[in-house]
Amino acid sequence: MSHSLITMSYIVATILFIFSLSGLSNQESARKGNYYGMLGMAIAIVVTALSPAVSSYPILIVALLIGGTIGAFAASKVEMTQMPELVAIMHSLVGMAAVLVGYANFMDTSSTLTGVEKTIHEIEIYVGILIGAVTFSGSVIAFGKLSERISGKPMLLPARHWLNLGLLIAAIVLGWMFLQETETGGGSLPLWIMTAIALLFGIHMVMAIGGADMPVVVSMLNSYSGWAAAATGFMLSNDLLIVTGALVGSSGAILSYIMCRAMNRHFLSVIAGGFGTSGGSSAVVEGEVTPVNAEETAQLLLDAKNIMIIPGYGMAVAQAQHTVNEITKLLRDKGKKVGFGIHPVAGRMPGHMNVLLAEAKVPYDIVYEMDEINEDWDDVDVSIVIGANDIVNPSALDDPNSPIAGMPVLECWKGDTTIVLKRSMASGYAGVGNPLFVLENTRMLFGDANATMQAVLKALKG
Amino acid sequence: MKIGIPKEIHPGEKRVATTPEAAEQIIKLGFSVLLESGAGLEANISDEAYQEVGVEIVESAKTLWKSADIVMKVRAPEQHPELALDEIDLLPEGGRLISFIWPAQNEELMQKLAAKNATVLAMDSVPRMSRAQKLDALSSMANIAGYRAVIEAAQHFGRFFTGQITAAGKIPPAKVLVIGAGVAGLAAIGAAKGMGAIVRAFDTRPEVKEQIESMDAEFLMLDFKEEGSGTGGYAKVMSKEFIEAEMALFARQAMEVDIIITTALIPGKPAPKLITEGMVESMKPGSVIVDLASEQGGNCALTEKDKVVVKHGVTIIGYTDLPSRLANQASQLYGTNLRHLLTDLCPDKNGEINVNMDDEVIRGATVIKEGKITWPPPPPKLSAAPAPQTEAPAYKTEQEPKKSIIPCWLKQLIPLAIGGAALFGIGAVAPASFMTHFTVFVLACFVGYQVIWNVTPALHTPLMSVTNAISGIIVIGALIQVSAPDQNIQILAGLAILIASINIAGGFLVTRRMLEMFRK
Repeated sequence: MSHSLITMSYIVATILFIFSLSGLSNQESARKGNYYGMLGMAIAIVVTALSPAVSSYPILIVALLIGGTIGAFAASKVEMTQMPELVAIMHSLVGMAAVLVGYANFMDTSSTLTGVEKTIHEIEIYVGILIGAVTFSGSVIAFGKLSERISGKPMLLPARHWLNLGLLIAAIVLGWMFLQETETGGGSLPLWIMTAIALLFGIHMVMAIGGADMPVVVSMLNSYSGWAAAATGFMLSNDLLIVTGALVGSSGAILSYIMCRAMNRHFLSVIAGGFGTSGGSSAVVEGEVTPVNAEETAQLLLDAKNIMIIPGYGMAVAQAQHTVNEITKLLRDKGKKVGFGIHPVAGRMPGHMNVLLAEAKVPYDIVYEMDEINEDWDDVDVSIVIGANDIVNPSALDDPNSPIAGMPVLECWKGDTTIVLKRSMASGYAGVGNPLFVLENTRMLFGDANATMQAVLKALKG
Repeated sequence: MKIGIPKEIHPGEKRVATTPEAAEQIIKLGFSVLLESGAGLEANISDEAYQEVGVEIVESAKTLWKSADIVMKVRAPEQHPELALDEIDLLPEGGRLISFIWPAQNEELMQKLAAKNATVLAMDSVPRMSRAQKLDALSSMANIAGYRAVIEAAQHFGRFFTGQITAAGKIPPAKVLVIGAGVAGLAAIGAAKGMGAIVRAFDTRPEVKEQIESMDAEFLMLDFKEEGSGTGGYAKVMSKEFIEAEMALFARQAMEVDIIITTALIPGKPAPKLITEGMVESMKPGSVIVDLASEQGGNCALTEKDKVVVKHGVTIIGYTDLPSRLANQASQLYGTNLRHLLTDLCPDKNGEINVNMDDEVIRGATVIKEGKITWPPPPPKLSAAPAPQTEAPAYKTEQEPKKSIIPCWLKQLIPLAIGGAALFGIGAVAPASFMTHFTVFVLACFVGYQVIWNVTPALHTPLMSVTNAISGIIVIGALIQVSAPDQNIQILAGLAILIASINIAGGFLVTRRMLEMFRK
């Protein structure tokens, strides 16, 4: 296949990728967009495989088949509640692949570049491996935290900012040594050390980030995996990789920005870590909660006209989305207006709640974003908070000393009655007390979200 | 301990102090419950229903009073019509009684109970605090009275409440004036509003304006500055000028409205006379006045206690037993209030009560403890008072100087300057081949920026998984290298292909699975 034809195919693939992303602007076009993406990927792989540079097919085909099978298997088996983990582990794979490709490229001595071009190429290899390694180890830790194999609490080493700075300087110095040594054909030692440092840096970075900031971390790693692909593209002088990497990179960056804005946090302070450990001067929540049981909850629901459900990570943990959907259906059949209010950072990754509700077949036109409904709380008769805490915390608005001060929250307490489903009176992931629970119009329904929702459903039917 | 529930003996009293639901909960607290046979009949609860949850039925009132450790009643003790003796005489020496007492009005009763060395908790003396709301029987009963007042009014009112336009002509909606927006007033507003009437309400306490408006009723403003709130959330006696202005308002309203429901009470005082005979005269014939204050003398000058009278063509209802007219509902709420009180009295759930005088709620409700009259209680502390603010201002000043180190405009310029310098640096040394790639890279970043902002937040998870799949494009890099002569490179590239293809297949397929779920 000629060079021009390959380039032309790459352009087509690029356009298809852009289509696949722009298709996500609404639910209808999203499915088509996904097929565009698959088509683009297929074109890119087939064309590259047929190019003159590729001659050894056995390895290629075997690797593609094994990888593809594993991927398909994972995709069909994963629970929707585990999506954050899956996404995190897939980020790590991209990082890993970038590192492997970087090393392979480094060992390839057939390059004919000289002078500045050679230097730039070496820098590209170095940077590509660096980003890849950070992405890899960071994502592995993120996976561990999301799947609760590692504690979600931020691990804060003393002088961690200096440690990070030290690692960065070390990486730059090693890069300089690497460039010097490659002049004489060496350079593998600095590269190895740098890889180790980058891995450590990735681990340290994610370990220091608290559980509540996970949506930011996941989208940030998404961004990194894109930049890793782009760096590989520079390394191999391949525009398709550069464009795709840049698309993914900016996508992740924007998502991180959106998530940060939703928490009213500065991006740098999320990355610097340690959320939820400071701010000890915030008001201590005092007062008495009013517990209710499932029957009373059902009665409240039956008496209400306008019901708003606020799901949080607790719903995902308890797998309560199907029961919630059944309750929703029942109430809608009784002529009540039921809506879902989704906070941008509800759950452990962007859009997590939407996916869970979609899995339970909740119609997406009754699922609202925070900005769409925050004005309308006065009309809500009953709101049910399922396993959410920080995103419905009034102290974010009225307590300037609260660690989550200034974060936009769902102002459910403005409705008539709020029912909060909770396992116990423990504080949320951010470790912040919630005055909502002791408000006069708040009722607490304690227990596992799924079990209590089942009981409510039974009471509604009975 | 044994709890006894006698049958109410007051004429026309249909309520009972516990229901099977409440009794079941009380038994769970470790008590045993005795009930005088037929106590619940008037409230449509049979003895069998009580027996089912484990309540023991006792045939005579005498045995019940004798064997019970605690007696729970609705009405205060009085002369027993059948046994020809006072209920107080039935109460054993040192016994315990929980019921409505009205200690201010019933001094003689208090003395008698004290002489018996009794411990008495009055449901009417429960302090008005957030925490005590669940055992506030006055509110429960007022709620019912307010609702029932509207029902009684509807019964005697000759028209629809709601407005209609029918083939047979237009029906104007009824206009209802509610005076006094306490619990009963608000319940009346809700009930009248629910039936479709136009509802106006008046209260001397300005803070209830919001509550009235929240019930969708109109708050009648009085152009007069005087605060009407007394302690404990009740109203107080107003000045003469205020009352004159108020009466003028009522006189105007009386000519206009069809139904007046008055609920104005001032604790420990006779009810204020708000509706004069002249006002009644000025009302349209067929109008209805429901006077919820008739027990304390009535808000209307023409009210006759416990009777319905028609004067100047206006029906004036003076029932004092409105809660009892909704006996089942009233018993349920009162029974639940009592159960909550028992829960507070018996924190260990062992069936023993502990009259803890340090507990503000129990202290307020206890009017006689072991023969000592403990009424009136010390004034309640307002629980809603805001905690004093401390230290907050000092916190702010500390942060101020930090900001001024770098001026704002410079802060914005720094990233621009760094970015510009970096671009200049790259441009100065980079060869042409790098620049073409760099052009593509920068443009792609901007395309990505534009495209991603259009993604709906609901699809952020599919966005992540599809970008994940797409970043598997790194497989291209591995594909190019897999045919290199060096075996090590082949292995590395092969591994990279394997990993990246997991990503591609997994990413696209899981995205597809997710998107299939998004259904309208």
